[in-house]
Amino acid sequence: MVIFSIFRMNPEKDKGPYYKDYELNIPEGATVLDCLNLIKWTQDGTLSYRMSCRSAICGSCAVKINGHPKLACKTQVVDEIMNGEIRIEPIGNAKVLKDLVVDLDLFWQKIEDVKPWLIVDKSLKPPTPPLQKGGKGGFEEQRQSPEEFHRIDAASTCIMCASCCSDCNSWEANEKFLGPAALAKAQRFVDDSRDKGKLERIIDLSKENGMWDCTHCGECWERCPTETKPLDRIITLRTTALEMGITGNNGARHVNGFVESINKSGILNENILPIKSIGIFNIPGLLSLIPVGIRMFLKGKNPPIIHKHIDEMDDVKRIFKRFKK
Amino acid sequence: MKFAFYPGCVAKGACRELYSSSLIVAERLGIELHELTNASCCGAGVISERDPLLSDSLNARTFAIAEELNLNIMNICGTCQGVMIKAQKNIDGDIKRRDTINGILKEGGHQYNGKVKIRHLLHILIDDFGLDRLKNLVVRPLKGLKVAPFYGCYVLRPSIYSDFSYPDRTTAMEDIITSLGGEPVSYDGRFKCCGFPIIMWNKGHSLTMSGISLKEAKEKEADCLVTPCPLCNLNLDSYQPEINKIVQMKLDLPILHLPQLVGIALGIDGKDLGLHKHIVSTEKIFDKI
Repeated sequence: MVIFSIFRMNPEKDKGPYYKDYELNIPEGATVLDCLNLIKWTQDGTLSYRMSCRSAICGSCAVKINGHPKLACKTQVVDEIMNGEIRIEPIGNAKVLKDLVVDLDLFWQKIEDVKPWLIVDKSLKPPTPPLQKGGKGGFEEQRQSPEEFHRIDAASTCIMCASCCSDCNSWEANEKFLGPAALAKAQRFVDDSRDKGKLERIIDLSKENGMWDCTHCGECWERCPTETKPLDRIITLRTTALEMGITGNNGARHVNGFVESINKSGILNENILPIKSIGIFNIPGLLSLIPVGIRMFLKGKNPPIIHKHIDEMDDVKRIFKRFKK
Repeated sequence: MKFAFYPGCVAKGACRELYSSSLIVAERLGIELHELTNASCCGAGVISERDPLLSDSLNARTFAIAEELNLNIMNICGTCQGVMIKAQKNIDGDIKRRDTINGILKEGGHQYNGKVKIRHLLHILIDDFGLDRLKNLVVRPLKGLKVAPFYGCYVLRPSIYSDFSYPDRTTAMEDIITSLGGEPVSYDGRFKCCGFPIIMWNKGHSLTMSGISLKEAKEKEADCLVTPCPLCNLNLDSYQPEINKIVQMKLDLPILHLPQLVGIALGIDGKDLGLHKHIVSTEKIFDKI
């Protein structure tokens, strides 16, 4: 017998959320979704949750299981029992509509914001028959090599379950942050060899609330049930932005300033990097450093004024030279 | 017990009290340290955004230097730990990559052979030193002190680069706090991000992230926080006056480095541990114990 402690809330009736316990004998090999179904069918028909494919493909049934999102249909109950209990809650960073069902409008809006479609080369010729037959038009076939497809393969496996966004720490603090799912989707199009909007996309994604507002907290990587692993896709986007020279923002300047600092002395110069990240001509930005700077100086927490390089610096410089583009 | 000591940039820069407290605590515990003065920055997950192979090469050079000394690495920075483990897995999992990197290192006289283990002081205290031994050395138990652990992302996630078998369920920091006689505070924020990586371009949201966890710890009656990552310390401590405004409450939560907390319980003088260097006063800790 296992106790399922399930988050319940009906905004039309309840003053606030509460947890209801359901006792259940677990059938052998049951998934969490099997058990939710059993509870709904045999104990409490008012329990609401999303489900569809039962095969970890549709992405509908993501719920928090013992604190973190997982696909209910892919999760074996026996692996989740803690002291005879399992806690089930709706995914995070989303408004609860009822019980385990959340409002995903914002999630979908962000996906739409990154233009999840191919921006095609308009000079391509319309298809010749028989391709045109019965179709509404389109363009000639654009082939991809296996290597080209490999760059978008991981992001293509996303099933839009929103597990990554549920636990995204940056989203929790800033609802406007595009978030891991939309950024992973963006990488899928930025790196698509058939897409002609790469520069425009990277410029858009480099703006506030875009790729540089990810903190690398790794929650998206951890919660993603597929190979998408959004954090890796965000890092790829940033590398692409730097390669394309889209560096007129603090995030990109920070990376370049950081690399330059290590190339110079092998160890980070914490006095110089903030100035490089914020930008030498960004007077309000630089002024904002003063309070914390003074505070740290008064406590003797300022980095050493004379910045020393590491021993054997020549060897580190030699390695950097090998990578100089 | 001897390690190749990798302090990391921040412990040599803005958090020099982490460096000094690590040395003094290691000495007290009988852990011998050989500082890697010729090792470069780990890249902090930043250099790898510009060029992953460059980042892995710099880390491989550090690993090679430790291997030449026949020592495993001891980190005192959670970010260095996570970044180094990732670099090591990247290199060890791809023979071609390792050959390419060794080709780059060869001219400098270094070769990485995949032998070195990368450990954080946190893991060393638990796995190598042992909490029973630590407990026996406590002369000033942290009795009555409610300590909120703040792990920092890089020692936890992605879990494939973590030394913890189940990072979501780890109680490593709590176990250390208990061994020192303190009372660990249970709160969701212990596994959250401090927001430091975006402090230079999105200060408001970065500090909101810090504020979410600090407020929760305060509401759970924490007397102080302890972290194994100096980057977390920088956001949570140095910016606490700004965070107070965001959460609209006076947090007044001292943020200790892990070796400082250990050092207090071992009876080491607060000044020697650099406790006076924090922005938020640490004096009330001594009033409690």
